[in-house]
Amino acid sequence: MSTQILPTHTRPAAPPLARFLVALYERMGVLGLIAIGIVLLVVLGAVLAPGIAPYDPTVGSVTQRYTGMTAEHLLGTDQAGRDIFSRLLWGARSSLAGPLIVVGVTAVFGNLIALVSVWWGGLVDSLLSRVLDLLFAFPNLLLAVLAIAVFGPSLTTAALALSIAYIPYTARVIRSTALRERNLPYVQSPQLQGISGAVITVRHLLPNIAPLIVTGATINFGFAMIELAALSFLGLGVQPPAADWGLMVSNGQQSLLKGYPAESLLAGLCIVLTVASLGYIGEKLGGRAAAGRKA
Amino acid sequence: MFVIRRLLALAGVLIVSSFLVFAAMYAAPGSPENFLVQGRTVSPDVLAAIREQYSLDDPFLVRFWNWITNVLHGDFGQSLSNRQDVGELLANRLPTTLMLVSLAAVIIVILGIGLGIIAGTRDGVVDKIIILGSNLGFAIPTFFAALILMSVFSVGLGWFPVFGSGDGFLDRIWHLTLPAFALALPSAAVVARITRTAIREERDSEHSAMARARGVPGGLVLRRHVIRNSMLPVSTIVGVHVAGLIAGSFVVEYAFTLDGLGTLLVGAVQRKDFAVVQAIAIILVAAFGIINLLVDLFYASIDPRVRLGLGA
Repeated sequence: MSTQILPTHTRPAAPPLARFLVALYERMGVLGLIAIGIVLLVVLGAVLAPGIAPYDPTVGSVTQRYTGMTAEHLLGTDQAGRDIFSRLLWGARSSLAGPLIVVGVTAVFGNLIALVSVWWGGLVDSLLSRVLDLLFAFPNLLLAVLAIAVFGPSLTTAALALSIAYIPYTARVIRSTALRERNLPYVQSPQLQGISGAVITVRHLLPNIAPLIVTGATINFGFAMIELAALSFLGLGVQPPAADWGLMVSNGQQSLLKGYPAESLLAGLCIVLTVASLGYIGEKLGGRAAAGRKA
Repeated sequence: MFVIRRLLALAGVLIVSSFLVFAAMYAAPGSPENFLVQGRTVSPDVLAAIREQYSLDDPFLVRFWNWITNVLHGDFGQSLSNRQDVGELLANRLPTTLMLVSLAAVIIVILGIGLGIIAGTRDGVVDKIIILGSNLGFAIPTFFAALILMSVFSVGLGWFPVFGSGDGFLDRIWHLTLPAFALALPSAAVVARITRTAIREERDSEHSAMARARGVPGGLVLRRHVIRNSMLPVSTIVGVHVAGLIAGSFVVEYAFTLDGLGTLLVGAVQRKDFAVVQAIAIILVAAFGIINLLVDLFYASIDPRVRLGLGA
């Protein structure tokens, strides 16, 4: 071994965390960092809810209705005397779990449909396109409401139905990109060498369209969160007394009109901030993916 | 030619989707006669009579055929929960939804395109504020916007009524103003964004630079070269969002307790009144398809490069 081992101590390296933050800042900007911070906070709150929530989110006390902000109830209580802060923390769980299902199912099936139809083309492609066209004929929320009419209201039903509504959008975007990539040399040459389509798709095509998939998923997550919250608001998603942001906005409607806006306002703000942050992150990621594409 | 082909495709989609909706309702757990007797114990004779009355014992395809032929004759059947004629129920509810969606569409066009043009032509603070506003506006769920508008303008300031749809044309508009704003807000935010980008692209393009260099006055360049060209991408987005209002209107109607199709649908889903659910689903899918078709036609009429049915 003739190569010299570089003395690392001559240039004092910044701690990894700080370096990571600087790199993140250079890519995302101040607003991007704030957005990432908000999303992390929400995720942390959801994960740690059982440990850090000061009260049981579903149990209230009639003597503790509308306490306002006090030391005992940081954000006050609702009309049933339930602690709003605890409900927000627990609500983060279903408010994140629902969109997670939607994004996961949509990503798997949307990409599968897109890649299969691009690879095989011809009859398979036109058949799958017809199916997607049919799904496009239903407005998202209508499809979800119909599924709920059949299977009864629940978060899982709502999320799965919404996934089906989202699949055509993902499939169409990915299909058109994959179609372009399909004819590039890096896909064509392994095919000439007789490597199977599945292997080429997974090992070469998929990594190249991954940034687009991630961006789409981030933006879908925000949409799904709003639409699932809307379904809960309509009484067709998460069922009371569970804590869910959409449900809290609707539950707090009467209190809001009576002059106690805390519950609706805070739950609504949680949705707005999370969705706006995700949208901003998605946009930055998308811009980067697009820039990388041009270079 | 193009129109005929699109109408045929729409008819095909409607037939297939009505079949799917009907099949889904048919396969739904819980039978209609159990719903009708509402948990009371009744003799098998009564149950048989009910099944006979609603022809529940016919084979699936026969029932679908009867239903679809009746629908084509304008007969949507009877509501299971209150025995009312579904067609009549829909006719009573349709005006509110139609008006809400049209008002929202107008707001999207005026507010979205207007703010987009302002942000696109002006740099600095105005532009920044509009971008920020559109970023936030897009993230505000319609039901939340509805509550905020309601508490500020109806409860707080007392300018608008809190609930209900009103009677008479003007009263209705007055009742539907806040709901329409709530419904339009997220879409207006997106449209403003797209408009801004399109305006900037056209403003920096060679043909408008050329026009300015020829000495054409700035206002004229803006109107004739920048805004006119940038409306192409914008009109597609506006169309998509106006079509999307159909489903979005459920939520806003529910928040303001308006007597529109959306509240009827949500109530029918909760009561498992499938006759109503089916009818509304088909009507909404048809409306969605027709709006999308109109948007494409409009697009072709403003862009001379799109030659319908010739190139494709």
